[in-house]
Formats: sequence, C-alpha cells, structure tokens
Amino acid sequence: MIAFEEVLIRLRGLERRELARWVENRWVLPEPHGENWAFHEVDVARVELIFEIRRDLAIDDEAMGLVLGLLDQVYGLRRQMRRLCDAVAIQPPEVQDAIRRALPKSPP
Amino acid sequence: MATQTPYEVLGVKTDAGPDDIRKSYRKLAKQLHPDLNPGKPEAEARFKTVTAAYDLLSDADKRARYDRGEIDETGAERPRYSYRPHAEGAQGRKYRPQGEMDPADLDDLFTMFGGGGMRGAGTRGGRGQGFAMPGGDRLYTLTVDFVEAAAGAKKRLSLAPENWLDVTIPPGIEEGQVLRLKGKGDPGGGGAAAGDALIEVHVLPHPHFRRDGDNILLELPVSLPEAVLGGRIAVPTVTGPVTMTIPKGSDSGVQLRLRGKGISRRGASGAASGAIAGDQIVTLKVVIGDSGDSELAAFLETWAQKHPADPRRGMAP
Repeated sequence: MIAFEEVLIRLRGLERRELARWVENRWVLPEPHGENWAFHEVDVARVELIFEIRRDLAIDDEAMGLVLGLLDQVYGLRRQMRRLCDAVAIQPPEVQDAIRRALPKSPP
Repeated sequence: MATQTPYEVLGVKTDAGPDDIRKSYRKLAKQLHPDLNPGKPEAEARFKTVTAAYDLLSDADKRARYDRGEIDETGAERPRYSYRPHAEGAQGRKYRPQGEMDPADLDDLFTMFGGGGMRGAGTRGGRGQGFAMPGGDRLYTLTVDFVEAAAGAKKRLSLAPENWLDVTIPPGIEEGQVLRLKGKGDPGGGGAAAGDALIEVHVLPHPHFRRDGDNILLELPVSLPEAVLGGRIAVPTVTGPVTMTIPKGSDSGVQLRLRGKGISRRGASGAASGAIAGDQIVTLKVVIGDSGDSELAAFLETWAQKHPADPRRGMAP
C-alpha cells in the first residue's frame, strides 16, 4: 500500500494537483483510505505510464481518456488471450495439434 | 532547470553515429578543457557534463540502455514501474473496460471469438424505447487484515462522502479474491439491470499467524518451566484467546492441534451443514528468557553432572 505522498516522491516532477486530477478523472483507481488514497503497485505503474505518455508523447487530457480506454481494451484482450492459451496448453497433445491445424496459415 | 539529455549536451541528433558523437565531443572538449580555461569554473562544470555525456553515448551498451529509459543521464539506474506485467496480471482486471465482458465468464470469451457482438445489447428487457443496455461493473479494491480475512468481517467501503458499500467478508477469504455485489455497479439503461460491484480483496500479513489452506499456523513461545512441567496456557486464535494444555516435557518444535480453531467456512450451499473447519496448529518454541539468571545456571551445573546426555549423539559429522 503506497500513500499519495509517496507516489509523488517516487515520480519526480509529478505535481500534486496533476495526480489529484487523474484520480478524479478515474484514470487511476486508488483505494479510498480515510481522508487519503492508498495506491497498489498496479496503480503506481499506471501513474508512471500516464506520466510518461503525457511527457514523452505530449498527449493532452482529452486524448488521454481515449488512449487509456484503448490501452485497457488491449490489455483486456491480452488477459483473455492468455487465459485461452493457458486452457489450450493443458489439453492433450492431439487436441493441441487439432487446434494448430485449424488455425489459418497466415492471419486474416 | 530542466536536465539536458546527453544528446543535447553534445549537440547531436538522437540517431547520430559514433563518428559524429566523437567529432562533436572533441570540438566541445577543445573549447571547454579546464587547462585552456583557467579560472573559469563554469567552463569546467560544462566540461564535466560533456565528458559524462560522451562516456554514456560512446558506449553502445550504455547508450542503448539510456535510450530504453533504463538509466538516466548520469548512468544511474532508473526505477521502472513498467505497467505491462501489472496490466496483464490478475490485478490488471481493475482497469478493464467498463461494461465489457467479464474475464471470469468463459462464455464471453467464445462470444467474442464467435462474433456474437456486445453482451445483451438490444436483447434484454427490450420492450422499452431504444436499446436496453445492462449497466457496467465497477471494480474496487479493499484491504483487510489477516484476522478479518480468516474469521470474516463486515467492512464499509466509502466511495465518496455519504456514499458507501457495506461488504461482508466471508471467513477464509484469500488474497486477490473478488467479491461480487449484485446491482451495485453502474445503473443500466433502457430498463436493463444495473452492473455489479466487484471488490478485489487484499489481505495484509500477520506478525504471528500464518495460513496453510484452512489451517492457521502459529509459533508459540513457552517458558522453560512451562515446557518442562506442562500446564494450561492462553493461546491467541483468530476468534480470540483459548486455553490449551501443554503436556509435561514438551520440546521446541512440538506441534499441538486446536481442533476447529482454524478457518471455518460454510458449505457450498451456504448452509452450516457441510461446513469446513480448519484447525490451528501451534508449534511450541521454548524460550529461556533471562539466561543470565545465576540461580538457574547454578542449578543446571549440578543437574548436568548428574544427567550427562548428548542430544547430538548419532548425528553425522
């Protein structure tokens, strides 16, 4: 559990009101903790991602909502894909071969 | 003052080749060398910066690491909180798109690949005007301490002033488990059902208790007299202290079982019958305490002479 202040210390150059706005926009979802917020590692990693995208790619607030929405979809799909691959991986070899054969040679 | 990148320091492009970098460095070094600029500390400071930038960029390995953001302009490791491993792990579910498929539901996976389209759109509660669209789920996280997770608890998750969710933590909940509160997510549109609140629970570790399935493990310090003479002592459990009898002559490492004092869960149907009850397993640890006690030492000297025993006999060297 990482406090609001600690996130500011970890990410040099990130301003307090900026981070507060990101939480307000629900771009980052820390856990309410009394008057304050408690961040998990996934949240801090996401804060850093937003920080970098804004600084390095000059993405403004309006575009950020779209960027994060698309990113979340991609990661959602990747999690789904991993589950499917995990399910395939525990199938008997003949089932795995059948799936491999059923896949088109070149992706559509 | 914004920190200059090593490329800016040397005045080269980020795709400059080694020759360009060397040429640029030599030009600047000639201008700034301390021997050529006596009494100009600012030139000396810049010379150092330029040299550091050249050291970094002339080393292909360091340069590549800098370009990837692994080290900063001084060559120091930059802490990385790379988002990807988090996002692809279970904790990444927190940021899954609202109102989209539920990763816990395999049917959605097949719908997705079978081109079944968006879940429920236009099909549920379809009497009203326009499309009925079920509300999205909302994900929250809630942290509970070890005892609350083991014994169960009622927690209040405050979302905003005057707005909260009362959450019942079932006994034996595990780290990362997700609770679903039906209808507590986003409201639905066109008369469709509201989404659910999904609460991912995190369990804090305990300084003394540990968990092994439905059993609770506890290492319990006992005094020398308690170990030698036995007796009844109070033992903490997740549901409060209980009294336990220690047999005479209990060594360190002796395990005693408190039946039913582990995690007790209801059966699958929620009924009390078919309930699972784990045990608490107490491992004794004899502590001598004040080893400087002269009375005890004096007694043991006489005692040891009468009872020569080697607990390590038979151990291979």
